[in-house]
Formats: sequence, C-alpha cells, structure tokens
Amino acid sequence: MEFLFITSLIEFSPIKPEFGLLFWASVVFILFWSIIGKLAFRPIINALNDRSNNIQDSLNAALKAREEMQNLKNENDKLMAEAREEKMRIIKEAKDAGNAIIAEAKEKAKEEAQRITINAKNEIENAKTAALVDVKNQVGAMAVDIAEKILRKDLGNDTSQQDYVKKLVDELKMN
Amino acid sequence: MKICRIILLLFLFSLSLNAQHDQAPTEKEAVHSPMTGDEKALVTSEQPVAAHEQGEEHHDFKPDETAFHHISDLNVYSIGPWNFPLPCILYAPSKGWSLFSSGRFHIDNDHHGSGHTAVDGYVLNMGRVMRVNDDAFPQEEIAIDQFEIGESELDGKKTEVHYVIANGVKYPLDKASSADGGLFGGGITSFYDFSITKNVFAMLLVVGLLSYVFIGMARAYKRKPGTAPSGLQKLFEPIILFIQDEVAKPFIGAKYLRFMPLLLAIFFFILALNLFGQIPFFGGANVTGNLGVTMVLALIVFIVVNINGNKHYWEHIIWMPGIPAWVKTLITPIEILGVFIKPVTLMLRLFANITAGHIVIIIFISLIFIFGKAGENPGAAWGSSIASIALALFISAIELLVAFIQAYVFTLLTASYIGSATEEHHHEDAKH
Amino acid sequence: MGGSIVAIGMGLAAIGAGIGVGTIGGKALEAIARQPEAIGDIRANMILTAALVEGAALIAILMAFLVK
Repeated sequence: MEFLFITSLIEFSPIKPEFGLLFWASVVFILFWSIIGKLAFRPIINALNDRSNNIQDSLNAALKAREEMQNLKNENDKLMAEAREEKMRIIKEAKDAGNAIIAEAKEKAKEEAQRITINAKNEIENAKTAALVDVKNQVGAMAVDIAEKILRKDLGNDTSQQDYVKKLVDELKMN
Repeated sequence: MKICRIILLLFLFSLSLNAQHDQAPTEKEAVHSPMTGDEKALVTSEQPVAAHEQGEEHHDFKPDETAFHHISDLNVYSIGPWNFPLPCILYAPSKGWSLFSSGRFHIDNDHHGSGHTAVDGYVLNMGRVMRVNDDAFPQEEIAIDQFEIGESELDGKKTEVHYVIANGVKYPLDKASSADGGLFGGGITSFYDFSITKNVFAMLLVVGLLSYVFIGMARAYKRKPGTAPSGLQKLFEPIILFIQDEVAKPFIGAKYLRFMPLLLAIFFFILALNLFGQIPFFGGANVTGNLGVTMVLALIVFIVVNINGNKHYWEHIIWMPGIPAWVKTLITPIEILGVFIKPVTLMLRLFANITAGHIVIIIFISLIFIFGKAGENPGAAWGSSIASIALALFISAIELLVAFIQAYVFTLLTASYIGSATEEHHHEDAKH
Repeated sequence: MGGSIVAIGMGLAAIGAGIGVGTIGGKALEAIARQPEAIGDIRANMILTAALVEGAALIAILMAFLVK
C-alpha cells in the first residue's frame, strides 16, 4: 500500500491556516453571528418560546376546563343520585304511610264494628230486659186484673164465671 | 417510500461524485499537470512537466496528491470540469496590495487549474497563487513555460519547493503565509493571500443562503404570529428547538437564552458548510475541513467562554478549593493547560473528521484509477469501479451523518464549556 | 518509501481512542436499553465523554504531526 502513504506533509495544505482564510472566516462568521443572531435567531427563538408558552397555557387551560367539567359532572351525578334516593325515600315513606293509614282504618273499622255490635247487643239486651220487665209488669197487672175480675164474678154463677174468664182471655189474646 | 428516495438520491450522488473524479485522471492523461511526476521526480527535482504541453505516456496515479488537491483551498472555483476565476487580493510587504481576478492568470482548463501567465510577480500553480520571490522576475504579465517541483532541506525538515520556469530562467516560488508558525510546514513568507478563495466563496455563498432562509423565517414569524409553522419553518423549527432543549438548556442552565444565537450560528454554519462540501460537481469546498476555519470558530468559542467565565470558574482553574495545597500546585498547571486544550481539540476534531471524510471518499474513488493504472488497464478499472462506487456510497452516507454529528458535537461542547464557565457554585455547603 | 515511527504513534492513538469511544458507546447503549426514558441525558453525556477521550487522541495525533 505504498501509494497510500503521505509522501510529504507540505502538500497537506488544509492544516495550514492561511491568514486570508482566517480573516475571511472571522469576518463572515462574526457577521453571521451578530447580524443573523439579532435579525433572525433572536426573533425566531422568542417566537418559538412565545408559542410554546402559549401552547402550554392553552393546554393548562384545557386541562383545567376538563377538570372543571369533570367536577361539574360529578356534582351533577351526585345530585342526581341524591334526588333519586330522595324520590325512593319519599315513595317508600308514602307507601308506609298509606299502609299505616289503611291498617289504622281497618283497626278502627273493626273496633267500630265491634263497638256497634256490642252496643247493639247491649241495646237488644236492654230492650229485652225492658220488654220482659214490661211483660212482667203487664202480666202482673193483667193477672191482678183477671184475679180481681174473677174474684168479683165468683159470686155469680159458675157458668157465668167460666164465660167471663173466657171472655177475659179472649180480650187478653186480642191485646 | 422515503427511504427509497433517499437511497436513490445517494446513488445519484455517488455516481456524480464518481463522475467528477473520473474527470481527474482522464484529463491528466491529456494534459500533464506539474504534480504527476513520480517519486523519483520529487527527489531529483527533475522531470519538469509542462503545464500546457500535450503528452502521450501514462504516469503513476497518486491518490494522496489527488486527495490533497481536492481538499485544499484554491484560488479558482471548479464546477465540474470548468475552473472559474475568483478575485485575488494579495499583499506583499515589499510590494503592496495587488487586486485582480485569477482569470488574468489564464487558467488552464485542466483539472488542477494552473495558470499560463504570471501577473505582478504572482503565478497560479495547481490552483494556488504563489509568488516569485525574486526581484529579477518581471512584474508585468509574462508567459510561463512550466512549473517544477523540487525538495529542499531546511533545519532537518524536508520541504517541497515549487519552481516556475519563465524566459528560460528557474525561479523559486513562495506559498502564501500561514499562521501555523512553521509547525505544519507553513509560516510567514513574502506575501499574504487575502483572496476570495474557493473556501471563502463557499462560505459567503452558504452564509448568504442561511441568512436568506433565516431572515425569511423570522419575517414569517413576525408576519403571522401564533400560526402553525409552514415551509422552511417546519424544517428548521425542530432543529432550533433541539439545540435549545437538548443542548442549551441542560448544559448552560438558566442563562441559556443569551447564548442561543451563538450556538445556533455555530451549528448552522458548520452543518451547512459540512453538507455543502459534500455536494459533488460543485467544487467540493472543504471549508470546515480547513484548520483555518475551525481555528476561527474555536477561537471565538474560547473568547466567549473566558469572557463569560465567572469567579468560580477562575477560582477552580487557578486555585481549586477544597484540596490540599500540594495537589493544587499539580492541578493548576493542568487546569490552565485545559483552558487551551479545550478549544484546540474542538478545532482539531471538526477539521480531522471532515478532512478525513473527504479524503476517504476520494481514496475510494481513486481505487478505480489505481487498479486501472491510470488508463493502462481499463478492465480492472471497470471491475473495481463497482466496489469503489459501493464503498464511496457507503462512506458518503456516513459522511452525511458525520456532518450532522460533528455540527452537533461542536455545538454541544461549546454549550458545555460555556456552561462550566458560567454555572453558579452548587456545593456551597461542601466548602471548608 | 518513508514509513516512520510517527505513523505507529498515530495508529496507537487511534487504537486508544477507538477502545475508549467504543467502550463509551457500548455502555451508553446498555444504559439506554436499560432506561430508554433517559436517552437524552445519556446521549449528551456519551458525546461529552467521547469528546474528551477523542480529545486525547487528537492531541496525540497533533503531536505526531509536530514531532515529524
């Protein structure tokens, strides 16, 4: 590989920094740095940073909005659940109340019926007693009457007596 | 569907890359460039090859030279087989400024782009401007006969010397001054090249394009704020946000906004130039693979980091709290060295990765010409081209990835260095 | 043909860095497999550590260039 050997360093000119190139490279690079840095890079970086800040802000805002939405939704859900529970509770209460009322009414009706029955029984009893008393009294009176009449007619005729009793009994029957 | 499209694109990409490099040796065959001399020529500084002389015989194909030529900075811009002239701005202390188009060199339309004419004492050798460091050389436009390469030994270091032959006289050529202080074979020479070279041109083009795109983007944000991104915004927004959220915020902390323009500028500058360098047929400018460019970037990072360093940063470097004094004497030099090593590695990493990527692709394409022996053995060339294309395709795909990774790594390390320099003290309670 | 000790040095630096970066990458993948949600942190730290390891290799290669 003889041909690959560097025969002489002197021809390797890129390693020799010539004054002209140093001068021009300095001028060109410093101008590029200062002018383009000021006119282009600075505004571009500012614009990019502004935009990235903007995007970050927007993202944050969107995130916040979403969080709020979520909160709102959660609240709504909670409210809905509460309302549903309330409804159920009210219905249950109403049902209970209705049942209670019905039961009470039944009880009352029963009691009333019993009371009425008892009253009726008592009245019947009373009426019976009164009637018996009345019958007793009337029978007594009648007996006394009859006895009186019998006693009065005794003196007459036997037959006439018997007729009279018959007549009295008839009268009694008629009564 | 998308993957299919990407694969197709990569395939076309590698084909065109292949085609581009195809150009090199075939043209070399027809027109001999000065660099095609064999090993012997280098040593003996003989066998000069005319820049514009027709030759018939085959020469050894040197993949390393081809590769190094491709990754070098040039004073011409090659798009496909054409060499376009670029403005030359040259300064020689002894002579003053010279401004002209490199078209005045009368660029040869060969692959290497050497000039036929000397202007103001400068010549275009292999696409690079070099200066004739000799007062006797005529300063007006004169025709050049040929270029030549020789070797000289300076302080025990072997260096290549280029010569130009004009009017029958041989003159040595100087390369442009470089800032490596002779460490890498460069150093201060007789002139400085401030030209709009291939790399500078690519840099201006890419930065202009980036500026257009980003200013348009910024305007779009201003015009219709708060709307969904559209068009280019969609493409760049994720990248910008990635740099901000994955690089700046975790590594710098609260003060990241101040450094975002620097990080974005570094990232897009490197990324765009990495990718631009991979466009075939379009010069293949190796900008981020040039030590000069990465040196500038690293130097800027170094300055920014140390200007923004707070009390704790310096305290930790100079007098690390909470450890025995004798350890401090050991730690302090290491820490101070670290301050410089950080940007140096930053500079070298980008340079090495991008340059290596360019070289590897060119070497794989060169395999065709190595096996084909530069035209002597077309059968082997055809056979090896299948493997070469497959390998180059694979490496190209990896290089696309590397372009992103290196831009990311440079940005990330910059952010981490800035972060370590500016962070507030965290372990107050642990302080003794 | 100028093979030199520098080339060996470069190779050694590359081997060292290769082992280092390979270990880092492997461990990072293990960590990611264990905790996929921490991929960002792991990747960043992986690259940071790999860069430190690579830095040593780069310095070594630079030195190899310099001493030539």
